[in-house]
Amino acid sequence: MADDAQGAAGAADHAAEGGLVFHPMDQFLVKPLFGEGAVAWYTPTNVTLWMALTVLAIFALLVLGSARRAIVPSRGQSIAELAYGFIYKMVEDVTGSDGVKYFPYVMTIFMFIVVSNFLGLLPTAFTTTSHLAVTVVLALLVFVSVTVIGFVKHGAGFLGLFWVSAAPLPLRPILALIEVISYFVRPVSHSIRLMGNMMAGHAVIKVFAAFAPLILISGMGILVTPLSILAITAMYALETLVAFIQAYVFTILTCVYLKDALHPSH
Amino acid sequence: MEGDIAQMGAFIGAGLASVGMGGAAVGVGNVVGNFLSGALRNPSAAGAQTATMFIGIAFAEALGIFSFLVALLLMFAV
Repeated sequence: MADDAQGAAGAADHAAEGGLVFHPMDQFLVKPLFGEGAVAWYTPTNVTLWMALTVLAIFALLVLGSARRAIVPSRGQSIAELAYGFIYKMVEDVTGSDGVKYFPYVMTIFMFIVVSNFLGLLPTAFTTTSHLAVTVVLALLVFVSVTVIGFVKHGAGFLGLFWVSAAPLPLRPILALIEVISYFVRPVSHSIRLMGNMMAGHAVIKVFAAFAPLILISGMGILVTPLSILAITAMYALETLVAFIQAYVFTILTCVYLKDALHPSH
Repeated sequence: MEGDIAQMGAFIGAGLASVGMGGAAVGVGNVVGNFLSGALRNPSAAGAQTATMFIGIAFAEALGIFSFLVALLLMFAV
């Protein structure tokens, strides 16, 4: 949290020098929801608020949206059905029919990530998935549960995942080493991919947003302000795409790791 | 003073690490470009391979992410 304090102090310095009026990383500060002060583990913060809103939105979409079970679905119901069918097909395609029983977990992960990404796109909102702490928990849960599933299903046979039987024998120990490293690097890339994509995009939008009010202070603003507003619009459109694609990528990688655990033979 | 020099080195290193993003860009472009050139030859088979393309993108992107990780470590952990 020392970095956050540094960021806030940096923002104050910038404002004093007549530079950016806000720091582009300010939007990622974890603040207590009520009043000021230190953040303990039980303090309700803006992260708590937006995670709760995410869960509420998922509940509204999936439970209330499909509650009427109309033959001709309403808009909410068709979105819920589309999301369900999309993830179900993904799990079935990637992991095969014996992976379908893990569908609820994959669906939970996808809905949480996609809804919090989209909620984070609202102006002044907080993007929970832009924090490493959140994505690392998601990725480590996948990593640990997939490893446990692999060992429970196949016992020591799960280690065959690291023993590439298609390769020539002298090469196999080296390949095994590489496979072990790449296995343990999985949660790192899995979590940082989501966090990095969400954080970088939002920071870029804020950087352009800092240039937008230039028209109020200087004549150069006539050129800069329309350009930066255009850039914000373009980045926002890209971010909407990225918000979905990153949730999709996180989910499909979960399915791929699950497939490796269910069918470890190379 | 020595701390300042060390911090300068860390920041320069973080900037150099961001060169790795270019490698990730080349990799992702390669994956999508080859997917497109294949998909235009046989559009009927393309739909089933979209998921494979995204997995390929994710793996190519992972190495760019490691350079981001190196930059973060240099700036905040070293």
